[in-house]
Amino acid sequence: MIVPYGQVILLAGILFLMGAVCAVARRSLIMILIGVEIMLNAAGIALIGASLYWQALDGQAFVIFVMAVAATEVAVGLALIVYSQRRSGSVNADSYNIMKG
Amino acid sequence: MTLYGGIFYAISAIILISTGAAITRRSPVHSVVYLVVSFFGTALLFYLLGAPLLAALEVIIYAGAIMVLFLFIIMTLQPGSQPVLPAVLKWTFPIVMAFICLGLGGLLMFVNAGMGSKLVTAMASPLSFGHFLFEYYWYPIEIASLLLFVGLVGALYLGKIEGKFLVKRDYEKKMGGSSQDSGPPGKE
Repeated sequence: MIVPYGQVILLAGILFLMGAVCAVARRSLIMILIGVEIMLNAAGIALIGASLYWQALDGQAFVIFVMAVAATEVAVGLALIVYSQRRSGSVNADSYNIMKG
Repeated sequence: MTLYGGIFYAISAIILISTGAAITRRSPVHSVVYLVVSFFGTALLFYLLGAPLLAALEVIIYAGAIMVLFLFIIMTLQPGSQPVLPAVLKWTFPIVMAFICLGLGGLLMFVNAGMGSKLVTAMASPLSFGHFLFEYYWYPIEIASLLLFVGLVGALYLGKIEGKFLVKRDYEKKMGGSSQDSGPPGKE
């Protein structure tokens, strides 16, 4: 007997919202990407809790794919950050305002 | 509260405190180090919830590979510290919306009575998990490998400089050629 399943979901929800707040409110591109990582990690926690709740391995299988997506996303995202830093000389999201009217 | 329940609450406290510290640090390096602690706690939680293989993968991939990649990019770009609270209004709105979502989610979970039964401990051995994965999910595994390959090609394409790969430019610089001209090499 560990805890009710709702508490696992609550932990995953709090972590997901922390990541969402980090992705929305921080201005550095690196911190935005870190927020996305926190959100994917919270999704993994929810999936593993569901896998234990229903005694089925499908949730754990999905965490494998979440990890693959997270690794790909961070590789391409960091390459994009390096590219845009080379283009504009800044990693601050507020400095990309060329189209500002 | 059982022993496993106490362990769950302790791990949850570690994860929440370290993640909360990670998203509010001024320097990105401090954020990444706090996030490594958070991912170690998540690996412990995976083990507690019966996924030892995924706990090992969490340490290897998240806390190892991804965070080291972040540290490497931070050291390469050297973005410097940024103020966390540039304007209180910029943070107030997302935080208020996040707490509204959190309150509604908690309300939904406490209304739902089916979630009240406690989880029993179970452990999926890596052998049985691997058999399950490659018996029912072999096709998505192949798609994931294709996704990783496309990500590799995309990262390489984005990382090259002005039509030339970095290795070629360094080679030309070493051989005394000018790296500024955009013409094809060997053209005199």
